Amino acid sequence: MKNENLYNYILGIADNSLILGQRMGELCGHGPSLETDIACTNISLDLFGQVRSYFQYAGKIAGDGRTEDDIAMLRKEREYKNVLLVEQPNTNFAYTIGRQFLFDVYHLAFLAELQKSSDLTLSAIANKCIKEVSYHERFSSDWVKRLGDGTEESNQKMQDAINDLWTYTDELFHLTEADKATVAEGIGVDVTKLKDNYYKSVSNLLTEARLQTPESKWFQKGGKQGVHTEHLGYLLSDLQYMQRTYPNMEW
Amino acid sequence: MSTKNWPLWEIFVRSKNGLEHRHFGSLHAADAEMALENARDVYTRRNEGVSIWVVESKHITASNPENNGELFEPAQDKVYRHPTFYDLPDEVKHM
Repeated sequence: MKNENLYNYILGIADNSLILGQRMGELCGHGPSLETDIACTNISLDLFGQVRSYFQYAGKIAGDGRTEDDIAMLRKEREYKNVLLVEQPNTNFAYTIGRQFLFDVYHLAFLAELQKSSDLTLSAIANKCIKEVSYHERFSSDWVKRLGDGTEESNQKMQDAINDLWTYTDELFHLTEADKATVAEGIGVDVTKLKDNYYKSVSNLLTEARLQTPESKWFQKGGKQGVHTEHLGYLLSDLQYMQRTYPNMEW
Repeated sequence: MSTKNWPLWEIFVRSKNGLEHRHFGSLHAADAEMALENARDVYTRRNEGVSIWVVESKHITASNPENNGELFEPAQDKVYRHPTFYDLPDEVKHM
């Protein structure tokens, strides 16, 4: 493929939204209340909308007739480039919110930079997505505050979720080969530059929510290279079930 | 886990600039801020609105259906309260 770096770069961005969207979509009909159920699935649909724009563009770059659906549904586990954070399961509502919050703060800062990309399609997509993601960030940080500053039990659960998910945050700021190549061309975002502000914002919000910022310096990585936690395989078997069972089906 | 329910809120949505807010329905939320966010997700996710009001349901005083007779029936047989006996020029579209 002529533009393999750009292709892989786009997949790296889009896979985060795809996998997180699938996780949020799992709450359809299972949210803790009707209102939060709808809110979570709304976020899911926003993310899937973003994924469509990215994959349509990636399909065009590949130039071999592959469609957005092929890219979303027909890759193997090791070919997904999402960060480990977004594939973590909905252990309870605190984990759902914690995962969303830790990703949203990054996602918002990332899109603000992607708007400045020299690739006009990517910058246009970022421009559209950033409004949705601003709302996601508002929703998830509000909930972190409510749970953290709520009852003793909700505080404990929120703290546990943040402590467990913390180990997946550092990976957000790792550069892949595709990152390095596209950054050099003025297309990609140098995520290493977002790191300090990220931890500052997250830590401020956690303090406001009467939660402790974890001090652990040991972080997991691998998602961006396709080495995932055990959770992704199960998620993909749900996501891909229809296309695998009835190849090329449409509705 | 607490099983206490969140209070009920009434949701009013303005669907277009220039139109008035209309009652859309009700939902549960812990406070006004959450009621606004929930209303955004529950009632405006298909592009239904440009502005939302939320009011906690307990602040609404409603008329009692038992009093419908004295409240509303007297108006039923007084057609002369409607200005229907005037000839209106065609230019006046909405009256």
